[in-house]
Amino acid sequence: MILMDYLVPALLYVGVFFYAAGSLGLLRFQDAESRLHALTKADNVGLGFVALAAALHWGSVAAALQIVAVWLFALMAAGATAQLMARRAKSSAERGSDE
Amino acid sequence: MTLAFDLILCLMIIGTAAAALLLQNALAAVVFFIVLGNLLGLAWLAMDAVNVAMAEIAIGAGVTGVLLILTRQRLNALGDDLVSAELPGWLRAGALLACAGFTAMVGSAVMSVPPADDLGGSIAALMPGLGIENPVTGVLLAFRAYDTLLEAFVLLGALIAVWSLAPRVAWPHAPAALALAEYEGHDVAAAFGRLLLPLALILAVYLVWAGSDLPGGAFQAGTVLAGGLIIAAIGGVISWPRADDFYLRVALVLGPAVFLIIGAAGIALGRFLFYPPGFEKAFIVAIEYGLALSIGATLALQLAGPPVAPGRKG
Repeated sequence: MILMDYLVPALLYVGVFFYAAGSLGLLRFQDAESRLHALTKADNVGLGFVALAAALHWGSVAAALQIVAVWLFALMAAGATAQLMARRAKSSAERGSDE
Repeated sequence: MTLAFDLILCLMIIGTAAAALLLQNALAAVVFFIVLGNLLGLAWLAMDAVNVAMAEIAIGAGVTGVLLILTRQRLNALGDDLVSAELPGWLRAGALLACAGFTAMVGSAVMSVPPADDLGGSIAALMPGLGIENPVTGVLLAFRAYDTLLEAFVLLGALIAVWSLAPRVAWPHAPAALALAEYEGHDVAAAFGRLLLPLALILAVYLVWAGSDLPGGAFQAGTVLAGGLIIAAIGGVISWPRADDFYLRVALVLGPAVFLIIGAAGIALGRFLFYPPGFEKAFIVAIEYGLALSIGATLALQLAGPPVAPGRKG
């Protein structure tokens, strides 16, 4: 299908764009919360686009469901670790220590 | 395009390995080691070795990464008790020489295998008799089952070695809790652990089942199980059992024991580790479920460390 030939790479490029934006944010933002925001939100949107591209590429419902499950696992892990790291950063800042 | 990807991957692997070795900050070195493990997994994936890629990422990057972070934490907790003297130059040079020699040996062994050596072909010819499709599972559980049986016991032996480090007053109590009790993160960790442990159980069962025909198997499933147990323990959802807990002991030896019993029963049919024709898959899957449970429990408890006396922190 011609549509797929363009749609899959287009989705991959959009995904890579979000990854690049997230990485840039991680490098350039000043404090822990902003960096986590860039890392978890932008990267998970990027992963979502890459996952969508992969699901369309394989084109079967079973494969698509497995890819959705992978994306959801990544979202859960990113959400939980971001919360943990942000709270840790906050309590360290309040205590005035680095560790 | 593929060549460009491979080259970039190789450069990143060498770069992260160098960073993990050379960085003075231990935590940063550990983080680079974890990244290295994930990149190596990607390299195995690029070579279509999906089973090895899964094992490398789960065990090489995942479990070993957590183990290194915990080790650093425990070493830091020792504080001034632990002052390492500057190593003499000859010891450093000797270690370098020994590692370089070993690497050269492994490298020459790998290079001595001719690229056209059709090992895959000869295994593919043997596979139809087994009733399973995944050639890696075929090698691990049938053609080279002896190696896998020994590995299962080596893993158990490693846990016994960890346990033997327990002080006399600590035996046979539980290992130190991993739970994050000290800061506001513990409710997040608890919710994550409660969510992830049942999912890890399902995924482990699936990985063993899928491992007959697709990439997966007992070691991957065992690591997923261990990961679920460790995250649940960090969240305080589960606590480590005492070292003499009956159910724990059963979980630890079930896999090796089932493997050994089925292997020994093969003697009655003519040969150690011989599966009765027509029932190969049933026996392989039974061994793999036992192994997955034992590997999961063993890895999690190796990570938990030796038992500690009650009322003391590890």
